[in-house]
Amino acid sequence: MYAPAPLHIPDGFLSILLSGVLWIVSFALVAYALKRVNKELDERKLPVMGVLAAAIFAGQMLNFTVIGGTSGHLMGAAIATILLGPWAAIIVMTSVVAIQALIFQDGGLLVLGANIFNMAIIGVAVSYFVYTTVQKLTGKRPWGIFVGGFLAAWFSILIAALATALELAISGTSPANIAVPAMGGIHALIGIGEGLITMGALGLLYATRPDILQVGEKRSMGGAVFWLAGLLIVVALAIASPFASANPDGLEWVAEKNGFISLAQGPVFEVIPDYLLPGLSSQALATILASIIGALLVFGVLLVVTYSRRKTAAQSIHQADALKKEQ
Amino acid sequence: MHVHFLDPFRPGVSLVHRMDPRIKLVLTLAFIVLTALVPPGIWPVYIILLAIIVSVEILSELGIDYVMKRSLLALPFMLAAFPIIFTAPGPEFASFSIASWTISVSMTGLERFISIALKSWISVQAAIVLAASTPFPDLLLAMRAIRLPRLIVAILGLMWRYLFVLADEVLRMNRARAARSGHPDRPQGRTGGSVVWRARVTGGMAGSLFLRAFERSDRIYNAMISRGYDGEVRALPLSGLVTTDWLVLILGLIFLAAILVLSLLL
Amino acid sequence: MHHSIEVEKLSYAYPDGQVALQEVSLTIQPCEKVALVGPNGAGKSTLILHLNGILKGDGEVCVAGLEVTENNLGRVRARVGLVFQSPDDQLFSPTVYDDVAFGPIYQGLTENEVNARVEEALATVDMSDYARRVSHHLSVGEKKRIAIATVLSMQPEVLVLDEPTAGLDPRARRSLINLLNDLPLTMLVSTHDMHLVRELLPRMVIMDEGRIVADGSTVELLDDEEMLFAHGLEKP
Repeated sequence: MYAPAPLHIPDGFLSILLSGVLWIVSFALVAYALKRVNKELDERKLPVMGVLAAAIFAGQMLNFTVIGGTSGHLMGAAIATILLGPWAAIIVMTSVVAIQALIFQDGGLLVLGANIFNMAIIGVAVSYFVYTTVQKLTGKRPWGIFVGGFLAAWFSILIAALATALELAISGTSPANIAVPAMGGIHALIGIGEGLITMGALGLLYATRPDILQVGEKRSMGGAVFWLAGLLIVVALAIASPFASANPDGLEWVAEKNGFISLAQGPVFEVIPDYLLPGLSSQALATILASIIGALLVFGVLLVVTYSRRKTAAQSIHQADALKKEQ
Repeated sequence: MHVHFLDPFRPGVSLVHRMDPRIKLVLTLAFIVLTALVPPGIWPVYIILLAIIVSVEILSELGIDYVMKRSLLALPFMLAAFPIIFTAPGPEFASFSIASWTISVSMTGLERFISIALKSWISVQAAIVLAASTPFPDLLLAMRAIRLPRLIVAILGLMWRYLFVLADEVLRMNRARAARSGHPDRPQGRTGGSVVWRARVTGGMAGSLFLRAFERSDRIYNAMISRGYDGEVRALPLSGLVTTDWLVLILGLIFLAAILVLSLLL
Repeated sequence: MHHSIEVEKLSYAYPDGQVALQEVSLTIQPCEKVALVGPNGAGKSTLILHLNGILKGDGEVCVAGLEVTENNLGRVRARVGLVFQSPDDQLFSPTVYDDVAFGPIYQGLTENEVNARVEEALATVDMSDYARRVSHHLSVGEKKRIAIATVLSMQPEVLVLDEPTAGLDPRARRSLINLLNDLPLTMLVSTHDMHLVRELLPRMVIMDEGRIVADGSTVELLDDEEMLFAHGLEKP
């Protein structure tokens, strides 16, 4: 019932360099969002954000059948942005993504920076940009909320997916000319589900507690910056993606340069000669040795654990016997 | 009805369970970093890493089958890396033709794919061991120890606390919907409504979930201020680490660094 | 040390205009145990929320000798312990220990003092072994007791409880009644549980439509079946 969503990248899929860069970027942006939240929100922020984060996490368990066995899910960046405003939404989505990685292994720990960047930051920025733009275009008309919500949700999923695809391509994990159109295409469809669910949720909230839908009302300096960031992200990825698809070799070249450390074709230092024993390459020898050492390690630990278990079992039988004798 | 199965923690008394959560967190992260840094194709080191994590699993008495089953979660994402077998430039391993296309599998691609798969699988096992052997409140302590901002740790704590409550609500909503999703004996047309309708219904469920979450947060807020909360996150200071803890940490890090050096030499 | 509650002509209307309290006056003496009864919507919960300043209406509210005003809120909340109806909303920390320690930590106590308070509070509600437990996995009865402990650890002078026995099975209910019986605090209990009222609370205040319609000895009021019925109550 709880299945990993296609946007959470596991460990090992992104190059160390890219992971590191995105960690730093995400860290800085989340830290800044934290400062804004501390400044702009009152003491209610802690319970509201904590419970909303739980709600989004739980909400991701809601699904509806699309066709046959496939189902649509919720990511939640758009809803979080519309309900809480961009800064708080970043914190909330970061919490959701972090817990998913840490506790449920949905997404890796090393690439958590990238996942946060894609879902919490890009997801929120794009949602904010699209939603506020639609609001401005439609004035105060109620249907603007729903159309805005749908588009914000759809775009947030699509752009986050494109970013993910590009990251995979830059790391040399997936060829760009397959990853970008594939992820883009799939998520263009998944985004419709997200859009519809978001729209439905907004509908219910508008009918019962319209005061909760506050984004678009508040205009702060941060809001304008966000809007701009969202716009830039959308434009950048929209341009980069087809370019990347059309020129996979170019991206490969970038990948090679970028992932030089981890994608090194040969040993970094030539310390061990190629053949220590005649006929058996050092590589093969090392592999055999490693297997033996590894097996010994595992076997050894197994012995220790089994032995200590038998000892404690024997001790407790001993104690039980002693007790019985006393009675 | 509780959604207990969501909580990965399995209580136990193994060495791994009893280790200080801060040390565990740092060592797990170091292990995952190490795994990521090993270049592709260095099979001996992957074998050692696998042996290490399996040994830790045995030590933690969590049950290898439990960890292995959960580690399969990362599997679907392998699809993303699959094409690299065919597209990575490098010496050819094999090729075959389908109709008028020739598909070639490159050595580098294959090597890369298997390396990614192994790295991913090994890393995920480390994360599982950490989550399964450490109660979440202890993980929060560990996060405080590595200097994560207090507000975020507090939000994570609240979130985790109410995750299960809200997941329960979702479960009940799903069940209620299923209970009303019946078909007549002889359906007149397509049953189930349109996809759009189903999505909107789900949206309504999501909306009511968020609404109740908001109102619950109001009540929690009342409970918090009734006990003196003033907006600032406060907590008791963390206890210091014992010498054994430091020893384990330093030895562990040295050991992992040694493996890294080894992997760069091969 | 006053241990008392004094409410003088308290009126309150919700932001949407709905009137919830109309000139409510009430005095509770130290160590009195008082029941607050009435139909749903009578204003019981609203009145309770005024006692620690969560809501602010017209009129005077004095708790444990302190007037409830903006500046006093911190001190007021240390003296009057509010136990809410749903323990899930009140147990918001990862572990039981954290929840019970919350109040003392905010009061600025040292680590040792906090530990001592937590131990004492848990012992009073007979839940000493539960410190490391996770709230989510506890039963409703256990949660209700811990919720009381979270407030006791602040060493309040007055205890106010909203529907303490709601949702409890007979055994849990019995053990909660015994617990409340043994607590030497001034107590105001809002409840529908008339058996609880008869057994534990010698004084009864009946509210209906935002007003206090009766205030007197439980034994006497429970005999006035006509009045009970008029205000949506039944004789136990």
